[in-house]
Amino acid sequence: MSFFKPKGDFIENLPRIYGLYTGGFLLFVLLMAVLEQMGVGADTIGILFVGFTIVIYATIGWLSRTMQVDAYYVAGRQVPPVFNGMATAADWMSGASFVAMAGGIYMGGHAYLAFVVGWTGGYVLVAVLMAPYLRKFGCYTVPDFIGTRYGGNTARLLAVLVLVVASFTYVTAQINATGTIASRALQIPFEVGVWFGLLGILLCSMLGGMRAVTWTQVAQYIVLIIAYLIPVFWMSTKQGFGFIPQFAYGEAVARIGELETLHQVGALKPAADVSSAFPGLKALVTPHAAAGDGMAAWKFVSLAACMMLGTASLPHILMRYFTTKSVRAARNSVAWSLFFIFLLYFTAPALATFTKLQILDPNLATSIIGKSVESVMALEWIQKWAAVGMIAVKDANADGLLQINEFFMRADIVVLATPEIAGLPYVISGLVAAGGMAAAMSTADGLLLAIANALSHDLYYKIIDPKAETKKRLIVARVLLIIIGALGAIVASMKLTGILGAVAWAFCFAMSGLFFPLVLGVWWKRANRQGAIAGMAIGFISGSLYLYMVKAGGMEPWIGLDHLRFGIIGAGASLIAMVVVTLMTPAPDAETQAMVDEVRVPKGDTIIASH
Amino acid sequence: MSDTQQREAHWKKTRTLMIIHLSIWLFFAFIVHTFANSLNSISFIGFPLGFYMAAQGSEFAFVIQLFIFVKQQDKIDREFGMAEADDA
Repeated sequence: MSFFKPKGDFIENLPRIYGLYTGGFLLFVLLMAVLEQMGVGADTIGILFVGFTIVIYATIGWLSRTMQVDAYYVAGRQVPPVFNGMATAADWMSGASFVAMAGGIYMGGHAYLAFVVGWTGGYVLVAVLMAPYLRKFGCYTVPDFIGTRYGGNTARLLAVLVLVVASFTYVTAQINATGTIASRALQIPFEVGVWFGLLGILLCSMLGGMRAVTWTQVAQYIVLIIAYLIPVFWMSTKQGFGFIPQFAYGEAVARIGELETLHQVGALKPAADVSSAFPGLKALVTPHAAAGDGMAAWKFVSLAACMMLGTASLPHILMRYFTTKSVRAARNSVAWSLFFIFLLYFTAPALATFTKLQILDPNLATSIIGKSVESVMALEWIQKWAAVGMIAVKDANADGLLQINEFFMRADIVVLATPEIAGLPYVISGLVAAGGMAAAMSTADGLLLAIANALSHDLYYKIIDPKAETKKRLIVARVLLIIIGALGAIVASMKLTGILGAVAWAFCFAMSGLFFPLVLGVWWKRANRQGAIAGMAIGFISGSLYLYMVKAGGMEPWIGLDHLRFGIIGAGASLIAMVVVTLMTPAPDAETQAMVDEVRVPKGDTIIASH
Repeated sequence: MSDTQQREAHWKKTRTLMIIHLSIWLFFAFIVHTFANSLNSISFIGFPLGFYMAAQGSEFAFVIQLFIFVKQQDKIDREFGMAEADDA
């Protein structure tokens, strides 16, 4: 019965436990399909899907409760690489990846793929430059590394500050996403949905810290990847692109090219007064595969660069590699993380392509462009999404037919609405809602824990009260978790930014303050405290200032670096400041240099002894 | 070789490996996408190549690259006696 108690047994039994869990989840999906056939309503199925999965995660969270420091902060450092890979993938793929990415590609075409390239390529930096060395260090948090490597409370405090700003920006977007999904699936108001989502998130993380988050994230990965892949396989089989369409949708891309000419995508643009009547909704005006001229290539690579350096600086990702048994396992698990992330990310463009084909291709029964406005308005999915203001149809030229510039949609809904557009049974929509919930919850868990751990370990234990007992430290950690979660929910319920804006900012904040101090801490022995402090402070301040000037100050962006790309300015300033200040001040002492030498070899004890 | 020499040799090889992998990364992360427009005139398994590289090609390269990197770095660690014990 008690799977979670005996240490060795539990780890050895992981494949069996999660195998059973996956089988159980698939059975549950089948059961829902049977219920749907028996006439159970769509609403009930949605509630069962979201409710059932949250109960499972909460149960895992409860079973993983602990009062040990090592288990709470780093899951006892015993997570096998493949499982840590799945947990990292869930930690990583947020509501934005799951819900918004395919929609972004649908609307933005090639330019948007910069996110896909950036959010995978960043792992090369994590594996080559960071993860193995941070694991060897043996720290509990990312500021713990900065504080020990460079010494002194100022460096530690600055790292905590950057971490809190970056992660908090990110976590509000995730709580917002859980609120959106919960409110739709459970039919409660958004403001209530936000607090409901937070409750689920806290149930997963509060009692067991990193240990609980690890094992729920593995469970959440399994749900989210099943939920993402099944609709794509289904649609592709239906449209005759074979069962594994990721390799075979080239034809679909070519067909979309023909249809874009037919429907005049890009040539027909909605009139300004029509589109301004539907704030947040967009008509399709960007060709799918064209790369664009002029600044397009620079915009692509600069966005990808921000996402990559941001990936390698985000503490909630880096801290996942503190949980493995060895340095080798940490390195290995980065490769597995990327593999599991890749499964979703190389599917997203396929999903966007198939959905677009469904809507554009007059040979398909599901198409709407070119059909009569009356028949389109009669479709159930159009009515349903139009009722909540996510879709709008406006026959601007009054010819009775729907043109490409007369159909408006919120990009975020593409993944959620695709099963309905393709005419798949409702059970698939319920599954997708559960998947989106898993994606948003798992990322929120990791982020909240990163913030609370940095505050409880680095600020409270290391700076304020170094003599605190274990019990007191772990209670402080939990109280902080609740406070930060509540703050996140309050900010989320104010709906300040769209899901994706806030996510891109988190990456830029993290890279502005942390990327170079982390990398150079390992790769440049000469780097010293003064340099790191300058790097963090100047990088973070110049990045934030640039964001403020571009977003609110009315400044013209330099060479196309808009508010999504301010990390380039921040990280650039950080690098220059760190190198210049380091070279102007004395080299670090012999003890610190010996520490860097030690970090560079896997064998031997960790730098920070177990405490 | 003394332990210090071993460590220096180990780090030198590790650094070379880092540079090799970051060069591959640089190519697939940035250089190919700079030429997306020209690549789009080439067809690859039915896709315009520029689109394919952004949607799948670069991602494939990153995954394969990392699994190879893990093997190579482990080999370097073992060669200089810097690896952890196998049960660790």
